[in-house]
Amino acid sequence: MQDKLNSIPVRKTQWKFHGGLKLAGHKKQSMQTGIATAIVPEQLIIPLQQHIGRPAKPVITIGDKVLKGQCIATLKDPTSITAAIHAPSSGEVIAIETHAIPSMNRQTANCIIIKTDGEDRWLPSIKPVDNPTSLSSDTLKQLIIEAGIVGLGGAGFPTHLKLTAETKPLDTLIINAAECEPYITCDAVLIEEQADKIIQGIQIILHTIGIQHCLIGIEDDKPQAIQALQKALATINNHTIQLIQIPTRYPAGGEKQLIQVLTGKEVPLNKLPHDIGIVCHNIATVHAVTEAIKEGKPLIERVVTVTGDKLQQPKNMRVLIGTPMQDVLNECGYTESNDQSLIMGGPMMGIHLDSADYPVIKTTNCILVRKKQKQPVALPCIRCGECARVCPANLLPQQLYWYTRAKDLDRVQDYQIFSCIECGCCDYVCPSHIPLVQFYRYAKTEIWTQEADRKKSDHARERHEYRQFRLERKKAEDAERKAKKKALLNKKQGIKTPEQDSKKAAIEAALKRVKERQSEQAAIAKNTEGLTDEQQKKIDEVEQRRKNKLQKEKLNTKLEDN
Amino acid sequence: MMEMTAPGSITRIMLHVLYALIPGIIAYVIFFGWGVVINIIIAVITALTVEVVMLLLRKRPIKPYIMDGSAVVTAVLLALALPNLAPWWLIFIGVSFAIIVGKHLYGGLGYNPFNPAMIGYALLLISFPLEMTIWLQPDNTLSFAQSLNYALFSTLNNIDIDAMTMATTLDTVKTQSGLGQSFAAIQASAPAVFGQFAGKGWEWINLAFLLGGLWLLYRRVISWQIPVAFIGSIFIMSLLFYPFTETSPIYHLFGGATMLCAFFIATDPVTASTTPTGRLIYAAGIGVFAYIIRMWGGYPDGIAFGVLLMNMAAPTIDYYTRPKAFGEST
Ligand code: SF4
Ligand code: SF4
Repeated sequence: MQDKLNSIPVRKTQWKFHGGLKLAGHKKQSMQTGIATAIVPEQLIIPLQQHIGRPAKPVITIGDKVLKGQCIATLKDPTSITAAIHAPSSGEVIAIETHAIPSMNRQTANCIIIKTDGEDRWLPSIKPVDNPTSLSSDTLKQLIIEAGIVGLGGAGFPTHLKLTAETKPLDTLIINAAECEPYITCDAVLIEEQADKIIQGIQIILHTIGIQHCLIGIEDDKPQAIQALQKALATINNHTIQLIQIPTRYPAGGEKQLIQVLTGKEVPLNKLPHDIGIVCHNIATVHAVTEAIKEGKPLIERVVTVTGDKLQQPKNMRVLIGTPMQDVLNECGYTESNDQSLIMGGPMMGIHLDSADYPVIKTTNCILVRKKQKQPVALPCIRCGECARVCPANLLPQQLYWYTRAKDLDRVQDYQIFSCIECGCCDYVCPSHIPLVQFYRYAKTEIWTQEADRKKSDHARERHEYRQFRLERKKAEDAERKAKKKALLNKKQGIKTPEQDSKKAAIEAALKRVKERQSEQAAIAKNTEGLTDEQQKKIDEVEQRRKNKLQKEKLNTKLEDN
Repeated sequence: MMEMTAPGSITRIMLHVLYALIPGIIAYVIFFGWGVVINIIIAVITALTVEVVMLLLRKRPIKPYIMDGSAVVTAVLLALALPNLAPWWLIFIGVSFAIIVGKHLYGGLGYNPFNPAMIGYALLLISFPLEMTIWLQPDNTLSFAQSLNYALFSTLNNIDIDAMTMATTLDTVKTQSGLGQSFAAIQASAPAVFGQFAGKGWEWINLAFLLGGLWLLYRRVISWQIPVAFIGSIFIMSLLFYPFTETSPIYHLFGGATMLCAFFIATDPVTASTTPTGRLIYAAGIGVFAYIIRMWGGYPDGIAFGVLLMNMAAPTIDYYTRPKAFGEST
């Protein structure tokens, strides 16, 4: 065995990404024991949307009895950005109603509520396949769709949409096992316990995409997980899957950062990994793929790290999707109190929750309970540039902040705000304790809203123009009908008409009128310099209203305006 | 809300800057006596008082802003730049102007385009040229009490002030060479102002500031671009013009306020350029201006004006030196 182990080399990477942070790991506390299985709760709250995209469509109704693994919500067609959802345990659907879901701004969303019957009876909805590589790519993809698998690393992008080349042929599969955020260990323990399934999953995905080459990126602070993967790799004797050890540096698990660290390639600005032939999947996702295909188990549970200094028994747990966080926390020695904060995800990018009354969803990798941090008063930016030094997107956070405060959203875009991955590195180092990421989120939303407003008005104009066109056409048709009638009448009376194809002519004339008007309008729209005073005034007013609205939007900070 | 934060704060930065100034201040005291310490004390008291008053007037919370330490740093830097035998009102005016006009009228820390200490210095240099040139000579015998007496009452009682003071090295060289003297002749005629390799006393003070500055670099309080570019540009300028000015690069690097500027003044983050490339351009620019003014301008040292000039250029430099964002260069 030892020899075999040695034959699977762990390569160290030669590349790195700009900036980043060396953070205290806090990982040991949740790794004392193996993965525990959480108790089936009395009630499961299952949001119809646990992924990026559109909510799934329920296929059950209130009062239905459901079995574990039964599909309860599905997607309309396989190209839509959504994912199927399954009953995590057997029981009865008692409601389909809105419930608070874990999100940045305390959203509520439609959820299927299942009262469990405690029997955990199973409905084998997917047929297990022993030898997945004997199946066609399309069949596998269909199975993955049916299993409702989404990216389990955090974003929750439906997995089946990342199994085909879109613009360029794919050549490399990257498996993200970096797990760079402090506290979170669910991927590491999953690797330690299920390395074989992970490697099988990688093979399935490689086969589905139709490529050979795979890089697994893992941070070097997880020697046990690395060893487990080495062992699993040794048994399959496949040298196109490479294990690469990367330095522990936050945010090495950011998709674009990981790609850079593993391949030295930068995903071009405003492009996606598949534009350079790369596709990334999280290691837990890969595990879910194996379970779905080889065991016929849809995505109804996941491993969640439940940890933090405020928990008596931090650990990793296999939790059914939809389990209330309160139930999970109760199993880890949680007591409610005011001096602690509850976070879904890690301390750097996680979402603060106001209570434990939220369900665990497909993207819940961690529930963190920490002592409440004293929030220091934000002081002015002193332009020290520390933020720029650590920014993995190589931005100038201080300038983004400056122009966001000045509400100069054009400049904010010049400084590439949409490249910001909201990793919080800048926040972390800022000596003035400015909540920078909050400003960037605000700026992004603001820009989107403006864009949407503009689109709306464009849309309205189009609608108006179309209406004009319709009216004109109708007029033409009426005229033509009249002419025809007249012609008919004339014919009867023996008079010849000079114009037989008056219909065509009338329509053409109408079209011409519409076109003329359109070009007139376009000229006005383009020619902002030649505006009359009145027009300019109107535009200014609109602009001012928009600005006022912006001003009203109070930035969420104690920093006073100077 | 941020769950994890680094231990850094503005206060920590400012404290580090103050610690790093200590070796230079000690060297200063060794060569020139207690005058500089008295300068510092008066400047700091003035700065804190004025800061509190301004914060009250501007209705800002006192504690977090006074605790940031920036007013103290401004005061100490200005005190170090002033003559070591200065009357209290000179310091008072300089520091008040630096804090009120240089900082608060622009909106307070973070919003001031000009380095406050240098604004204060420039004002004094223009308004009180005479007082700005009374420097004690090295190895004087003035006691702390005597220095204090002078600061408060502008008199040295029975001591002849002219016997104690003289022009600084940079000053001597400039006036003498203006009269057509060669550098060697100047050195021979005024041995009191020259040391081993630069100005007497000043060479060691500069070395001590260099030491403190290196520590700041090591503690990552300042970034390397500004000191390196500033020292580099002074070096290159003095090397280029060595044949004409007869003053060596060493003389320039360890004379006047070169090292103080390189590590403590030009590095003021608020008024410097904020991009890495921008900082190189910014600091090199200060070096060029400082050298030109030092050699051919109307003032003994050109650092203050060099800094203020480049302060004006900093926003533009920043705009044109934005680093390429991730993926932008591919
Ligand atoms: S780290 Fe904070 S204070 Fe420093 S430049 Fe960035 S935003 Fe400004
Ligand atoms: S949050 Fe955005 S701006 Fe701040 S360090 Fe991360 S990527 Fe850079």
